[in-house]
Amino acid sequence: MSPTLRIAFRFLTAKKRAMLMSLACIVLGVGLFVVTQATTSGFEEFFIKTILGTNGAIRVEDRIQDTIRTMEAGGGGSGSTFQLQMKEGQKYIEGIEEPKLVIDALHQFHNVAGVSEVLTGSAILRSSFKSDSVKIFGIVVENHLMVSELGKQIVQGSIDDFRKTPSGALIGKVIADRLQLGVGDSFILDSAQQSRRYRVSAVYETGISDIDKERVYLQLPEARSQLKKPTGASFIQVNLYDKDRANEDAAQMQDVLHHGVRSWQVREKSWLAAFRALRISSAITVSVFSLIAALAMFNTLAMIVMEKTKEIAILRSMGYTREDISGIFIWQAAIVLSIGTFIGWVLGAAVTYTVSRIPLPITGIFKTDTFVVQWSIWHYVAATVTAVVMVMVASLVPARRAARLEPGDIIRGTAQ
Amino acid sequence: MTADRNEPGVALRCVDLHRYLGQDEGRVHVLRGVSFEARTGRVCAIVGPSGCGKSTLLYLLGLLDRPDDGSIWIRDELMSNSSDLDRTAARGEHIGFVFQFHFLMQEFTALENVIMPMRKLGRLAEQAMVERAHGLLHAVGLGEKTARLATQLSGGEQQRVAIARALANEPAIILADEPTGNLDQRNSSLVFDLLTRLAKENGQAVVLVTHNSEIANRCDEIRAMRDGEFIS
Repeated sequence: MSPTLRIAFRFLTAKKRAMLMSLACIVLGVGLFVVTQATTSGFEEFFIKTILGTNGAIRVEDRIQDTIRTMEAGGGGSGSTFQLQMKEGQKYIEGIEEPKLVIDALHQFHNVAGVSEVLTGSAILRSSFKSDSVKIFGIVVENHLMVSELGKQIVQGSIDDFRKTPSGALIGKVIADRLQLGVGDSFILDSAQQSRRYRVSAVYETGISDIDKERVYLQLPEARSQLKKPTGASFIQVNLYDKDRANEDAAQMQDVLHHGVRSWQVREKSWLAAFRALRISSAITVSVFSLIAALAMFNTLAMIVMEKTKEIAILRSMGYTREDISGIFIWQAAIVLSIGTFIGWVLGAAVTYTVSRIPLPITGIFKTDTFVVQWSIWHYVAATVTAVVMVMVASLVPARRAARLEPGDIIRGTAQ
Repeated sequence: MTADRNEPGVALRCVDLHRYLGQDEGRVHVLRGVSFEARTGRVCAIVGPSGCGKSTLLYLLGLLDRPDDGSIWIRDELMSNSSDLDRTAARGEHIGFVFQFHFLMQEFTALENVIMPMRKLGRLAEQAMVERAHGLLHAVGLGEKTARLATQLSGGEQQRVAIARALANEPAIILADEPTGNLDQRNSSLVFDLLTRLAKENGQAVVLVTHNSEIANRCDEIRAMRDGEFIS
């Protein structure tokens, strides 16, 4: 153990209460930072998981039609004119005319894990109780299970029944509750000037109310027939192995496929921005504890420097350098910081675990029955870095002041 | 002016030292061209009325302060213009201090206080440092109280620990500022005897600032100061 560290340990006891105050603030700062990051990140992560499980990582939508403007240039004389072609912008043609070709092209991308063509259209769902407007989603079950969590979202009935029954339908829990429909019940869909009867094969619940109150899944051939759209698709839902590369893949796909391609980050930009803002604001809020810890440390060390001027003088007279003197005070801050950070980690982990057990039913943007937390080492790293930066910067000032003291002035009694 | 580098027995020398203290109208010319030397194995007392510059001279000699003019040699090395790091290293290696108010580290035991300068110098192994500290405390009569905190020792005992601490690194020079000023007569005599005996045994130069004429008269040499100058 270095002499300065040894002295720092003993000096810690000089202001026990003030040091305990600093320690408590560091513990709270680190612990609460970890908890807030675990919960906000947890909800954000859960939201992302939910949207990936419903709408997929990427959607290939309407076909792009490049429009070319041709203009004549030149002097207007005969023989010297030429034509200049310019891109004027992009226009979209609704839907995907050749889904098979697009799907074949999508399979060429290494990051693509699954592809599902979807045909959509509006309809009125009539039960014996009441009717409501819904949106038909025509899917090939096997393909759609590769790009969504639909199989795991079934809360009543079975997806196998849907797979085997051409007139079977999957309806959202909100629709089922609102129209008082259960598994096995039949209902009528009115669309494209025709009415057909279907049977509820299963009820799903994504937790996203906009989906659960609107989508009725039919088998694709049945949807084509119901919507009178024998060819084409409304969009193609794509699943990726690496979800975080969705933006780059979407840009490449758009270039290659000449269709509008949107990644989940673009589709859910507003929600993701809101979650990020929440995470940052909570980090800033709880960093106040670390700031208080830093101020408390500054105050404590400044008091110790004032009280220990004679000791500083005698250490300097023994051959301790200015760096040794500042080192003693930096060590004190580092010791309290280390203890506080460790206890803060334990507190953070314990509270995060406890919070994850608290019942909290949420539906709307996702469905959960408890607080959602994310366990990540980076939350602990970020909490530690915040505390270290604040506390160590605060401790530098008194440490440097101690180092600047002139032993002659102290002993003479004229130290400033 | 240059020092005679070959002159034997000179541990410390200063020539034509000037020092001003205070600022503006309060600026005082405390030392007015003081020259002085301390020889190994001898005890020199600097005496004089309060404010005559005795302590200021001692702090300059101990490299705790910088002169406004003049030169200081520690052994053969000119130190008055050296860097803070060199002066600090010289203090640790060549100079031992004893102050009137002993300045022990209150959170440490007597033994730890004595070991402290040795730890910084790093010349000895841990066990050797402990043994030397025990030996020094035994020599000043505190062999039974090595484990006591500074706060658990009397004033005289604390000053004896301070002497042991000053001797810890076997410095060539011991500078003592009123080492008996805060002690009763019996303890004063005890502390002075210890300091001079141990210093002489080790061939160290002792420079002592004191108001106590009885103590001064027992020194090998007495230098009297008045108004920032030596008058004898």
